[in-house]
Amino acid sequence: MAPAVRLHEAVALAGRFPLLAGASLEVGEGEVVHLRGPNGAGKTSVLKVLAGLLAVHSGEATVLGRDLVADRRAVRREIGMLGHQSFLYEELTVEENLRFAVRANRGVVTGIRPVLEQFGFAGRLASIPVGRCSAGQQRRASLAVLVARGARLWLLDEPHAGLDQDGRDLLDELLTGARAAGRTVVFASHELERAEAIADRVVHLAGGRVVEPPEPTGASDSPAPSAQAARQTISGPAVPVTEDPAHVA
Amino acid sequence: MSTPARVLPQDRPAALRVLGATALVGVVATVWLGLFVTPPDQFMGNLVRLLYIHPPMAWVAFLAYGVATLASLLYLWPRTRAEHFDRLAGASAEVGVVFTGLTLVSGSIWGRPTWGAWWVWDPLLTTTALLFVLYLGYLALRRVPGEFHVRARRSAMAALIAFVDVPIVYFSVEWWRSLHQAPTVLNPTTHKTYVHGSMFWTLLLGFVSFTLVYIWLMAHRYRLARLQDLEDVEGLEVALEERRAEGDAG
Amino acid sequence: MLRDAVLVAGKDLRIEIRSRVGLNQIGPFAIAVLLLFGLALGPDRRVLAPASAGLFWVAVLLSTLLAVQRSYAIESADAARDGLRLSGLDPAGIFLGKASAVAAQLLVLEAGLTVGVTLLYGAHLSGALVLVAACAAGTLGLAAVGTLYGVVASGLRTRETLLPLLFLPVVAPVLLAATKAWDAALAGTPSHAGGWLDVLVVFAVLYIAIGTVAFGPLLEDG
Repeated sequence: MAPAVRLHEAVALAGRFPLLAGASLEVGEGEVVHLRGPNGAGKTSVLKVLAGLLAVHSGEATVLGRDLVADRRAVRREIGMLGHQSFLYEELTVEENLRFAVRANRGVVTGIRPVLEQFGFAGRLASIPVGRCSAGQQRRASLAVLVARGARLWLLDEPHAGLDQDGRDLLDELLTGARAAGRTVVFASHELERAEAIADRVVHLAGGRVVEPPEPTGASDSPAPSAQAARQTISGPAVPVTEDPAHVA
Repeated sequence: MSTPARVLPQDRPAALRVLGATALVGVVATVWLGLFVTPPDQFMGNLVRLLYIHPPMAWVAFLAYGVATLASLLYLWPRTRAEHFDRLAGASAEVGVVFTGLTLVSGSIWGRPTWGAWWVWDPLLTTTALLFVLYLGYLALRRVPGEFHVRARRSAMAALIAFVDVPIVYFSVEWWRSLHQAPTVLNPTTHKTYVHGSMFWTLLLGFVSFTLVYIWLMAHRYRLARLQDLEDVEGLEVALEERRAEGDAG
Repeated sequence: MLRDAVLVAGKDLRIEIRSRVGLNQIGPFAIAVLLLFGLALGPDRRVLAPASAGLFWVAVLLSTLLAVQRSYAIESADAARDGLRLSGLDPAGIFLGKASAVAAQLLVLEAGLTVGVTLLYGAHLSGALVLVAACAAGTLGLAAVGTLYGVVASGLRTRETLLPLLFLPVVAPVLLAATKAWDAALAGTPSHAGGWLDVLVVFAVLYIAIGTVAFGPLLEDG
């Protein structure tokens, strides 16, 4: 079966700065992959390329069987992305946001109720504007959108950030459930313990590329824990990179 | 990986130098003929001498916008998409804006004694002024940094969006003036019937010389843009090396 | 496409009704512009009344800039393009939806401004049909161009300064034609407005068509 995600020597630029400097990565259908690496290693950029938000300057990128170099838009309806910013409308309620996101994605709005309840937005909480929710609740709402849209490929950037203990448990449960349901998940996280528990394998990024595992982890000479992870690693001091959309533009 | 040695485009090709010299001689000759050789006009007197350079400047401005539009179109058309069309569009629009500015200034100088004012809301003049700001906007957008093809596509579309506006602007402005009993403007086209002999040849020389100036400026501007792009490509290779080194360093 | 347009327009208008930015900021801004014109041209109504149409439309043009900027500001601030791209919406639908939401707000604003020029400049309203027709066609043209250039500028750092530079020269014909149509109507000769209304309609149709085609690529190239 074709992999869900395939990057080959992908280069992506922000102005003249190479966010990705030839990243190669394959993720199988139904796999849960944890992207690791220091700040500025290119984790967010990999996720953005996979979501079709960032143009591939050179190299190859295929997601869910679609060539992103030819058309970055085709794949988006099957993708759920959780970024640094929430893509929620502050003036709309959690329920309205969900309704809009699902209808925008050609989905059916009848499935929204159970999702709201699953994320603790039963009753009154579902009808207050997102702008008045706490950061953690907004994060949950973003996750609810992801689930309600029924994406095949989940791209999560630091999903644990801003969630309380319950929220984290919920997220882990969600990821486990997603894997069971055959979804493909690629996520970046600094919460190593939690991530380790969920992920099928770890991909290390540094300097805008996928690299071998770093020496400090004790895996210097021996191959990485899984055969698949053989190519990958962490390393080096990295230059902080701005990855806001204005820069990418 | 080492950076491959790059063949830079020849610094100043001989043909370009000959072109530049010819254009310069042409312009000087036009000015000399216009100022000293041709007779004063029976109606406009010595003012007619401005007409040897003003219409050629306006012609170059419109030619430049035409070339910029065509190049933008060719860039957007998938089959003809190529980097040089983007550079051509940018270079031509820049030269066009410069010549639009010169047209406005020379027209204004001519208008002061003719119409008694530096500025008259004549249709052609108003359209030209709007074109000037329209393409200044386009150039401002071009200067926004970004990945080459992203910027090129964005600019090409903006050029076409702006170009669609030109006929609407022209016709609405013309209509606006004609409804208002515009001051009887000396129409250059009717005036041409009075142009004879040395005047005609001087004007023709003006057109040819300024067109040569346009081509010469374009060639240089294009060459510069190409060098900048090459530098970017080379810069990218260096940047990629550095970026990768971040990963290897640890 | 139309389904998406309705969805986006509904969402934008709902947000505007809740946030009241249009009511609390753009409306007062337009009134301030009218007052400033009054100060600039002096208290003489014989000067102000004939200029009403032009001043009205300049106020509308400036307000359009604010409305367009607001339209992209509600798309979760900096991530405007990303959110819209990820939404899965048809780009032509986004364009039509956003443009209609902007147009709807402008039409409400224009109703208020009409009262303003009557009270402040002593404009004598007549030829209501022409006034309304000019507003409808002119506003659609403004909203289309604004929404189109709005997306060009939205991802850029210089968006606040770039948008007016791109937008204002292009909509010069709208200012001209709408002002002339209003002049004709206010002067009691609405039949003279016919040709100007045609210009407004042609402009609106042309830029709505361009926007429908070009919005997608412009949204992607950010």
